[in-house]
Amino acid sequence: MTPRPTSADVTLDGRLDGPLDTPLDVSAIRADFPILARKVNNEPLVYLDSAASSQKPRHVIEAMRAYYEGHHANVHRGAHRLSVEATELYEQARRKVAAFIGAPTADSVVFTRNTTEAINLVAASWGRANLREGDEIVLSHAEHHANIVPWHFLAREKGVVLKPVGLTPDQRLDLQALEAALTPRTRLVTTFHMSNVLGAINDLPTIASLAHDAGALLHVDGAQGAPHLAVDVASLGCDFYTLSGHKMLGPTGIGALWARAELLDAMPPFLGGGEMITRVSMFDSSYAEIPKRFEAGTPSIAEAVGLGAAVDYLSGIGMDKIRAHDELLTAHALRRLDAIDGLTVYGPRGPDRGGIAAFTLAGVHAHDLATALDDMGIAIRAGHHCAQPLGKYLGAAATARASFYLYNDLDEVEALALALVDVRDHFAAHA
Amino acid sequence: MGVLDDLYQSAILDHSRHPRNHGELDEHHVAQEGLNPSCGDELTLYLRVDGGRVAAASFVGEGCAISQAASSLMTEAITGLELAAAHELAQRFKAMIRGLGADESLGESRVLQGIAKLPARVKCATLPWVTLELALSRFTERAD
Repeated sequence: MTPRPTSADVTLDGRLDGPLDTPLDVSAIRADFPILARKVNNEPLVYLDSAASSQKPRHVIEAMRAYYEGHHANVHRGAHRLSVEATELYEQARRKVAAFIGAPTADSVVFTRNTTEAINLVAASWGRANLREGDEIVLSHAEHHANIVPWHFLAREKGVVLKPVGLTPDQRLDLQALEAALTPRTRLVTTFHMSNVLGAINDLPTIASLAHDAGALLHVDGAQGAPHLAVDVASLGCDFYTLSGHKMLGPTGIGALWARAELLDAMPPFLGGGEMITRVSMFDSSYAEIPKRFEAGTPSIAEAVGLGAAVDYLSGIGMDKIRAHDELLTAHALRRLDAIDGLTVYGPRGPDRGGIAAFTLAGVHAHDLATALDDMGIAIRAGHHCAQPLGKYLGAAATARASFYLYNDLDEVEALALALVDVRDHFAAHA
Repeated sequence: MGVLDDLYQSAILDHSRHPRNHGELDEHHVAQEGLNPSCGDELTLYLRVDGGRVAAASFVGEGCAISQAASSLMTEAITGLELAAAHELAQRFKAMIRGLGADESLGESRVLQGIAKLPARVKCATLPWVTLELALSRFTERAD
């Protein structure tokens, strides 16, 4: 693979100084993603919404097609050849995901629909079984709704108390405030790996020791972390880690919960039905070992296979290289966007910042901005990004958000910056 | 540029930046909240009703240029109308946004006709009109 030329052709206005080298062969990667060849509103698609959902490489699409064309049957009902093959492919996908996040055993990985369902599983199973009135859950003001609302259920049902922690002035999680919020009643700290609005990357080993010193467990919402950062659950020190397949090149409808095996082993079932039992009589039932205890009913088999192919693809490229590419795009995006008058980009500046840039443009509402950019083929997200408490905390109910992934290049960052200037000037001219 | 020139033209930007009938009505018979949960746009619509007609309409809200302009234009369009006619106009507005054509009775609100081509923005444009329908049905229920 030859490196894509990344040089003076993007130094518009001479503002793009700094390193332009990426360890990725972005044009070869782009060729793996069929959708990136299409046009939107007669313009080449510039897809800057991967934090909402990533695009899929041919490898993932092919793996799912090959599964359906050659191996599909129901899993764990091995009375015939196809069922044995489907089961093996499904369990192979579990082993791939386990290896990808450094899980010591594949049994500690439970397939779910997505991060949201995985967090709901933790709340409904571990939370209901272990939390009592007055117990405390510490979280941040910057959590996604998926890491807030399931805990509301426990607050309502059990009288569990939610204690939100704020941000530092540079919009990182305030670790001093976190430490101050911990009490002997704290049972769980639950926070993001990478914020879906701020792009901030949490210092998880430090948060884990603070939580553990206080006798609490740590859940990490890895929806944005798993796609972009090398994850090793053991060295991160967390007790629960949750992720979504569709944000990391996999299909929709598949996600995962990893939990320390002894925690998972002690947890009661989440949903009831087939697959998760050992024996059922009319009035009682006993439950299967982990992870099957948490996978009631026929699972998303093809989607698991697709997720397995996605982590193979990511590992084949290398998460360290993907991270380096993210850093390059983010650094240039921040430099370009920070230079635009009227534009405010949220989130910290520094190495603990992922490829997400949420911003507001004075005089142009985020939704109008997104519509105008869409007309130029540029896909960004606008709105509250499923983090309304954060919007309130920042005083920005709606923001626009560009997010980057391994298939984005500097030309696309430049297209975004130029488009934003165009839109700003159009709105100003019609004032 | 297509959408910037077609949609974000002077009339819409003027109404969104200098909305008519903005602020709470001192004397009103209905205050109806409207919410677009997918994007967080919020609106409160105030109506003063006199002799079965909309004597005055105003709104307070936060949101995009489309929802603000649509609200401003709507308050102008419905002032003086009989309640049934205001309800009928809401149907015509929604029909226009569904791409079924613009009725002349919609007046200046027709500048929003281009939204028909932008499915992602339909709810922004219809928010004030849907809120009006709620307000009218609440008022009518009370009158019964």
